[in-house]
Amino acid sequence: MISHAGFRQPGYGQPFVLPGHRAVLGTEQPLRLDSGTELSAFPIAWQSYGTLNEDRSNAVLICHALTGDQFVADERHPVTGKPGWWRSIVGPGKLIDTDRWFVLCANVLGGCMGSAGPSEINPSTLEPWGLAFPIVTIADMVRAQAMLLDHLGIDRLFAVIGGSMGGMQALEWASLYPERVFAAVPIATAAQHSAQNIAFHEVGRQAVMADPDWHEGEYWRFGKKPVAGLAVARMAAHITYLSEAKLHEKFGRRLQDRENIKYGFDAEFQVESYLRHQGQSFVERFDANSYLFITRAMDYFDMAARHGGVLANAFRHTPVRFCVLSFTSDWLYPTVESRRVVHALNAVAANVSFAEIVSNNGHDAFLLDEPDFHSVLAGFLAGAAQHHGLLPVCNGQARPR
Amino acid sequence: MKPLAPIRVDLQLIADMIEPGSRVLDVGCADGTLLDYLVQFKQVDGRGIELSSEGVNACVSSGLSVIQGDADTDLFDFPDCAFDYVVLSQTLQAMRAPRKTLDQLLRIGGHAIVSMPNFAHWRLRWRLLTRGRMPVSDALPYPWYDSPNIHLCTIRDFVALCGELDARIERGLFLDQTGTPRRLGSVLTLANLLGEQAVFLLCRNGR
Repeated sequence: MISHAGFRQPGYGQPFVLPGHRAVLGTEQPLRLDSGTELSAFPIAWQSYGTLNEDRSNAVLICHALTGDQFVADERHPVTGKPGWWRSIVGPGKLIDTDRWFVLCANVLGGCMGSAGPSEINPSTLEPWGLAFPIVTIADMVRAQAMLLDHLGIDRLFAVIGGSMGGMQALEWASLYPERVFAAVPIATAAQHSAQNIAFHEVGRQAVMADPDWHEGEYWRFGKKPVAGLAVARMAAHITYLSEAKLHEKFGRRLQDRENIKYGFDAEFQVESYLRHQGQSFVERFDANSYLFITRAMDYFDMAARHGGVLANAFRHTPVRFCVLSFTSDWLYPTVESRRVVHALNAVAANVSFAEIVSNNGHDAFLLDEPDFHSVLAGFLAGAAQHHGLLPVCNGQARPR
Repeated sequence: MKPLAPIRVDLQLIADMIEPGSRVLDVGCADGTLLDYLVQFKQVDGRGIELSSEGVNACVSSGLSVIQGDADTDLFDFPDCAFDYVVLSQTLQAMRAPRKTLDQLLRIGGHAIVSMPNFAHWRLRWRLLTRGRMPVSDALPYPWYDSPNIHLCTIRDFVALCGELDARIERGLFLDQTGTPRRLGSVLTLANLLGEQAVFLLCRNGR
């Protein structure tokens, strides 16, 4: 049975009770990280929507992006007060129908919404981990999620769905645990982080580290937070989530609260004001050290490298049904990256659908109201559900639906 | 299950060549009409490749496994004999490299099924002869400057290409202008004159 108690996050993270659940994992068998470090008795915070059915076959795992969290479809996010990041498509009667599916999402390892991360207490020192937290990878995040499923008694997911870094996790799920995933939907993502994307992340990290309030990652000792650095990191990153066309459409060269330029360094243009706002609101909900750790995990992501340099080897004999989706104006994870994944899946004759959705919303399109994206995703899930009902489960008994 | 709706006669001929429960790749599957039919009524494990995003969106939205891609470049990834049948309907003439494409179809499929318009149909010959201009017909409705059909051929040309690629024609049918299918005999003269289009079931010799 799943408890519904909220929890108070220790460490220097969110100072109030978070809704949802928190499981302490790795108490019997620690999680061995890619870096070689072992993590035992670590917390993973998660949120769920809908009801797990009797044979535990209706679970859908949603994987969140870099700065997302487990509050996918909450009416009010516990920190920002805004609707959950995918509330438009996750809920009763919605595209990912919580009347039908048991939808769960876990805060990633290294995150700052209740899962083990730099803002949590290090049990061996009884103070926050900070930079002493071990470096984690996308595969480590997925292994921790698999431990959560073990903890919940869920053998197999109907689907694992995610955009951006969530898409990396969806790919990694299909590769690490093909027998535990019926369908995988990697959206606006790649099987390896490009040089350009590593470069953008490095700019963000350097902005954080250049902030004197960062204090080599031990800012809690000084009662400070590197808000200026983290805000700059967010501003730079936010540009990469949009597109030139979208920025032009949204702001053009329009001025902020003034008729004429004033020859100074205020936020003269609307786009500046917008970015400053994005930066400011981000630092209120996100931990700077977590930002360093999670961007690093993405930089290290390279599925082919672990498989002799051949991406197809990550998916050999895969039984997973894939739906790969990209957006035309996404220059952070351009279609060519998704196509690379599709080619690898074709090389192993995997069951794959792939659509490039026409949109000018850039990388953020996967979070926005995109009718073509939504109809394709809905169609794929409906088709997969039909096959899921027809196919026998592992113990050889047909599953009625 | 959707009600039985009639599909285009050449698609029906292709469907009739496919064994139930087999693995099928439809290259240039458009809105997925044939794939949908095969999945529903022949219980095939069906996949598709389609160039247009409208077509892909329609297919995936209706639950078919289709990828957005270009048959001129995206067939090379598939392993040998990945499918029992690879279908190319009314698309060969629009390929940049039809010979390479046909070669790929024979490599990745145990069988290839190809349907094609016949440029040697008597009506097209007559129009070219009498008017001296590129013929336009119901089967080939585009003016020369605006046609996707950049590699038109005749039934005889296609049969010759099959020979060059060491492909055996297991079955051959041609459709006359009334849409009636007829068996392609060993003498091609009549078929090449009367056939508006043709459908071939092929396999690589030695398979």
